[in-house]
Amino acid sequence: MFIVATIVFFLTRILPGNVARRYLGRSATEEDLVNFNTKFGLDKPLLTQFYSWLRDLLTGDLGTSMAFNKPASELLLPAIGYSSRLALMSFLIIVPLSIAGGIIAAMYRGKLVDRILTVGGLSAAVIPEFVWAVTLILVFGVTLEVLPVTAFPTRGNPSFFSQIEHLILPSTALLLVLFGYIARITRASVIEALESDYMRTAVLKGLSRRRAVVTHVLRNALLPSIAVIASQVPYLVGGLVAVEIVFNYPGFGTILRDAVGGRDYAVLQSGVMLTSLVIVLFQLAADILFAVLNPRIRSRISE
Amino acid sequence: MSTTPSLELRNLQVQYAVRGIKKDVLRGVSFSIAPGEAYGLVGESGCGKSTAAFAAMRYLPRNGKISGGQILFEGNDMTAMSADEVSNLRKSAISMVYQNPIAALNPTVRIGDQVAEVFELLGESESDAMKHAAEALARVQIADVDSVMRRYPHQLSGGMAQRVVIAMALATNPRLLVMDEPTTGLDATVEAEVLDLVRDLRRETGTAVLFISHNLGVIRHMCDRVGVLYAGSLVEQGTTEEIFNNPSHPYTVGLLRCIPRGGLHKNTDRLDTILGTPPALGAKFDGCVFVDRCVLVEDRCRASMPEPAQVGPQHMARCFHHDKAQSMPRAIDAVQVSVSAPASRPTTGTRLLDIDHLSKAFTQEGRTVRVVNDVSLSVGVGETLGLVGESGAGKTTIAKLILGLTGSDNGSNVVLDGKTLAATLSKRDVADVGAMQIVFQNPDQALNRRHSVTRIVSRAVQKLRGFNSNESDDRAHELLSGMRVEASLHSARPTQLSGGLKQRVAISRAFAGSPQLVVCDEPTSALDVSVQATILNLLVDLQKQDGTSFIFISHDLGVVRYISDKIAVLYLGRVVEFGDSNQVFGGPHHPYTEALLSSVPNIDGSVRKRIPLAGTVPSPSNPPSGCVLNPRCPRMAGSGVEGLCTTVEPELKEVEPGHFMRCHIPFDQLRATQQS
Repeated sequence: MFIVATIVFFLTRILPGNVARRYLGRSATEEDLVNFNTKFGLDKPLLTQFYSWLRDLLTGDLGTSMAFNKPASELLLPAIGYSSRLALMSFLIIVPLSIAGGIIAAMYRGKLVDRILTVGGLSAAVIPEFVWAVTLILVFGVTLEVLPVTAFPTRGNPSFFSQIEHLILPSTALLLVLFGYIARITRASVIEALESDYMRTAVLKGLSRRRAVVTHVLRNALLPSIAVIASQVPYLVGGLVAVEIVFNYPGFGTILRDAVGGRDYAVLQSGVMLTSLVIVLFQLAADILFAVLNPRIRSRISE
Repeated sequence: MSTTPSLELRNLQVQYAVRGIKKDVLRGVSFSIAPGEAYGLVGESGCGKSTAAFAAMRYLPRNGKISGGQILFEGNDMTAMSADEVSNLRKSAISMVYQNPIAALNPTVRIGDQVAEVFELLGESESDAMKHAAEALARVQIADVDSVMRRYPHQLSGGMAQRVVIAMALATNPRLLVMDEPTTGLDATVEAEVLDLVRDLRRETGTAVLFISHNLGVIRHMCDRVGVLYAGSLVEQGTTEEIFNNPSHPYTVGLLRCIPRGGLHKNTDRLDTILGTPPALGAKFDGCVFVDRCVLVEDRCRASMPEPAQVGPQHMARCFHHDKAQSMPRAIDAVQVSVSAPASRPTTGTRLLDIDHLSKAFTQEGRTVRVVNDVSLSVGVGETLGLVGESGAGKTTIAKLILGLTGSDNGSNVVLDGKTLAATLSKRDVADVGAMQIVFQNPDQALNRRHSVTRIVSRAVQKLRGFNSNESDDRAHELLSGMRVEASLHSARPTQLSGGLKQRVAISRAFAGSPQLVVCDEPTSALDVSVQATILNLLVDLQKQDGTSFIFISHDLGVVRYISDKIAVLYLGRVVEFGDSNQVFGGPHHPYTEALLSSVPNIDGSVRKRIPLAGTVPSPSNPPSGCVLNPRCPRMAGSGVEGLCTTVEPELKEVEPGHFMRCHIPFDQLRATQQS
């Protein structure tokens, strides 16, 4: 995390432009500029700024937004709430569908279903999510008018279902991008498990194929999928940013984009730090899940 | 006993589709197994043994298809059954045990649950199933059933895993048990235990067994009748006695002749081979399937497939010359090796390699594991030293230490031709590296599959001899031709070659630097017996011509006995016995050697009483006190020196000239007990 922090801090500082001039406008006097810089600590040496930012970060202080002149956390936390709702929704759609797709493709290997799923999944994955987002809006929102074009219900107090309804299109855009990868890995590991000796044992014990697949193949085959899903989380987050912007969703991605545009250092740096924290936590969760499901790793830990 | 056979194959034909082309794998195989009978199928790899076994379970790979004939289980045609009917048979009436037991168990499910599943399939409740699973495991003589049931497959040894698989297969008292190479890959002592177990259980349950093995000794011990498969055809069939004592098909005769049997030695006997190579999968034949390799071949053999000839009651051979097969001329590969610029080597008998106090300890999770413990050996010029012992005895580690692939511990000394060698390879000079080379068990993994055969050998010549690339290519061709790899194959890649040819390439590479000593680590274990014979002959020729010394590692005691002048028996990283080949094999033996020798089923049919070793090999991280063999020693009880055995580790003593042993029991006492 420290390395991430270092990279984040210095990368944001490379962004061009005089920050104070940007915020205060052309009419600002030199004195105004100096005051602004003093207020946000921009007059101090870079390393001192880095140090104080790190120290604040560790105590939970995310700094002050220069654009809105209020604590960055006040901006970020609600946005994170919205984003996690979208992310959770996407995750719940993507993971079961992709894994099911992979299993179906493996079971009918070489057949038409398999071809459609693997070729279709990979073709969809090479198209960027914002293109999908725009296409989906055009087809379902504008032409067919079956689903809302924005991701966020604007009027009144939205019901739970209307919120879900609004999230369908953005989630689908993410699904289309990630489905190919996850389904492909799942397919490969299911095929490997289907051809294993223990699957043969199961069939020769007299299990029906369906039962043998459920009891003997799935658990072994899903182990690699977990690792892949965890590795796709950064892409999911990256995809979120793009999708939120297209659907005009007041989430994390929108805030981050505005922060980059406005050189809002505190928001930008803290936002990226939080993102990486999420990614690291996901990897950790995936590793733990992997160990729980895989007795070989578990016994190595307990020994 | 009912008259309906348990299993009958009637003119069974199986085809595999390889890239859309159908290839015959079984060409009309017929045999039947009576209830309670054990029927063995033998033959080299690719002849269709396993296909026959899986066909009997009606379980063929996706591209396999039964294209004709019938499989009758107790008179009912399995080829006409629905998937459900076959599943029901598998649940209760037929079951199977195969090679590689650890892979046959689901890695993420506990053993208890896997065994219990068999009973659950029959509709038992979970608790009943678990209870029965425990009983099934107890029946295969697993001592600590409760703990085994809670374990996962990776926590079991190979022998234990095979017991579990057997327990699962026998759980429902099946009427037919199919065993496909059930002991291949297990240590000799474990193999003997598993085979004893199967024999006992069979006596108890009266199950009919279809037993498949490439190991003729195992078949001889386990089976009532034997069928010999070649290229998907059953070429000979008869009672075990008849097949082994009166083989009547040239293939059977050839197979039996290529095995290094007890008593044969490289100095006096050259091994027979079977000329040529087995036909490719799905080759077409007008006549006999064996024509291309048969020494008795005539025109009529090429024209039509001989009908099965009745050699005796219950003995059939599919050959026109079944009466002449036993007296057929020996097939010995011509001696044509010319390998090196004949370097002047000291004469045979002088010492070449001295290993003094060789030790290696690894640290594993904070504990010290002594894998090799104070090993001292010597190898003379032109001599072969055989290393034997169960897996984990340290054979391969010793080889690696000598070669410097792994650095040995302080105090170890490796002296080659009077020169003390550095501990690791990177500190040795090119001449030292070239002087000692290795041939591995699996040439598939040892040869770079992207390089041509010439390049593989020529690189070694360049590195070790300092030749430029033209010279080294010439030298590579010379070497390869000397090893009888035809010139037309020199530009091939290893994947295009058969196993035997690949091993020849690997041997050529090892000889690139005119080595003084070559370590052969299980060089023939992955090969068929006829190919094994040609490789052993080649090694012997090379030795006679160049005076090369070998360190030969093998779990096959027959092979070691044939090729070795001296033998070191290892247990838990220690030399327990060392001496001339005939001293070690002839006895009196160290108790461990005795047990090891008695566990090998030999093909001459002589029944030796098995001296069992109790328990399993202890972990080298926590060796027993005193003599490391004492918890398992078959001769300690009643020897009168038990007190010594459990407290003091014996020294390696010279018990007769040139014969060393690490044992407290007096030599004469061992002689007396072993002869009685």
